[in-house]
Amino acid sequence: MIYKELILILMGGVLVNNYVLQQFLGICPFLGVSKKFDQASGMGIAVTFVMLFATAATWPIYSYLLKPMKLEFLQIIVFILVIATLVQFVEIILKRFIPALFKALGVYLPLITTNCAVLGVTLNNITDGYGFLESMVSSLGVGLGFWLAMVLFAGVRSRIEPKAPTKALRGLPVTLAAASIVAMAFYGFSGVVENLLA
Amino acid sequence: MIILIPVLICLGIAVVCAVILTVTSVFFSVKEDEKAVRLRDCLAGANCGACGYSGCDGYAKALYDGSCDKVNLCTPGGDAVAKELSEILGVEAQDVVEQVAYVACNGNCDAIPRRYNYQGIQSCKAANMNYSGDKFCTYACLGYGDCAAVCPNDAIEIKDGVAQVISRKCIGCGMCARACPNGIIHLIADVSRVAVVCSNKDKGALTRKYCNSGCIGCGMCKRHCPEGAISIENNLAVIDYEKCSRCGKCTEVCPVGCIKEADYTGATKH
Repeated sequence: MIYKELILILMGGVLVNNYVLQQFLGICPFLGVSKKFDQASGMGIAVTFVMLFATAATWPIYSYLLKPMKLEFLQIIVFILVIATLVQFVEIILKRFIPALFKALGVYLPLITTNCAVLGVTLNNITDGYGFLESMVSSLGVGLGFWLAMVLFAGVRSRIEPKAPTKALRGLPVTLAAASIVAMAFYGFSGVVENLLA
Repeated sequence: MIILIPVLICLGIAVVCAVILTVTSVFFSVKEDEKAVRLRDCLAGANCGACGYSGCDGYAKALYDGSCDKVNLCTPGGDAVAKELSEILGVEAQDVVEQVAYVACNGNCDAIPRRYNYQGIQSCKAANMNYSGDKFCTYACLGYGDCAAVCPNDAIEIKDGVAQVISRKCIGCGMCARACPNGIIHLIADVSRVAVVCSNKDKGALTRKYCNSGCIGCGMCKRHCPEGAISIENNLAVIDYEKCSRCGKCTEVCPVGCIKEADYTGATKH
C-alpha cells in the first residue's frame, strides 16, 4: 500500500504536477539551457541532485527545529540559506570531478540557487504534510519531471528553431510558443496517473 | 528576547553551512596556477581554433605545460596578445602574421548556371554530396553559407549566391577555410595586394562554357608579371607572394577579371 502511494507521488511529480510545464516554476533554466540536449540533460540532473539534497536537509530542519520552536515563519529564509549552500557545494564538486559539465552549465549553475522549483518543492513537501520518505520521493519525482521537461523541450527546440516560419517569430517568440504547446500536451496527464493503479 | 531565538537559529545554520562549504572547498579545490589563468585571460577568447588547438583553453594549457613554445599563434588577438603572452612566459615576442580569409570564387548566380534544382538541406556540405553541388563548376562556391555559419565574428555574408568576406571584420582564424567542403577559402597575409579569385582547374575551353569569370589558364598574367611571380598550375593562375611586388599589373591584363586587387586589409574587392 505504501509503495503504491510512493509511486503515485513519484509519477505525480514527473507528469501530473510537472513543475515546469504545469506549475510554471523554474522557467529560467528551462528556456536558458534547453538549446542543446547534453546541457539540458546535465542541468536536469544537477537540479534533481540539488532538490534531493535540499529536501534531505530542509525537512529535518523544519520538523525537528523550526516546528517544535514554533518558528515556521522562518522556513523561507532558512530554506534559501540551505539551498544556496547546497548549490555552492554542487558547484565545487562538479568543478572538481566533471569540469566539462561545469563549463557547459556556466552561469546557470549558480542560478539554481534562485531556481524557484527547488525552493518550491521543499516548501510544497511541508505544505502537503509529507513524511521524510514521501518528501524524498516527491523531490525525486519533481527533479525527474524537470529533467524530462528539459530534455523533451531541448528536442523540440533543436527542430523548431532552424525552421521558424517568419523572421518575426525567430528566436524567443517561437520558443515560447513551442513551450506553451508542450505545456498543453502535459495537461493530458492530469487524471491519468491516479487511475493507473486504481 | 523573543527575537533572539530565531536570530540565533539562523546564525547557527549559517555557521554550519559556512563550515561545510569551507571544508569542501579545501578538500575538493582545483589547483589553478595564477600563470595559467593569466595566459588564458589574455587570449582573444573567440575559441576559433586558428592556433591549431581545440580552443583558447587548449592553447593556454599547451603554453602553460610547455608543449607549445610559439606565442604568435593567436591570429584574432594579433601582436598585442603575442606580446602579453611572451611577457607572462618570459620568452621573446614573435610577431603575428595577420591574415584574412578570401573566397577563391568569382562566380555569382548569374555567372554560373545551376545544373539541377537542389532542394535538400541548405548546407554546402550536403549539397556537395550530390554530384559535387548544383553548379556546373564543381570548384565553385556553393553559396549555402557553411562558412558564414562557423564564422565567430559574422565576417562572411552570402551575396548573389557566393560567400564574401567582410575584410574589416575578419580575424583570420581560418574556421571558414576548414568548413568549406570545396576548400576554396584561403588565408592570405594581410599585406598581400592581389588574389586569384577562382579555383577552377578545368581546361580553359570547358571553363569558358559555364563561367564567364573563371580562370582559363591563358597565361596573360604570367607574361605580364614583372617579377615572374605568377605561374599556371593545372590551368589556374597561382601567385607566389614571396616574389609578388603588389604592382597590380595582372589585375589589369586578366581577360576574365579573376585576379582582383585587395583592399587595405587584404580581402578582395567585389
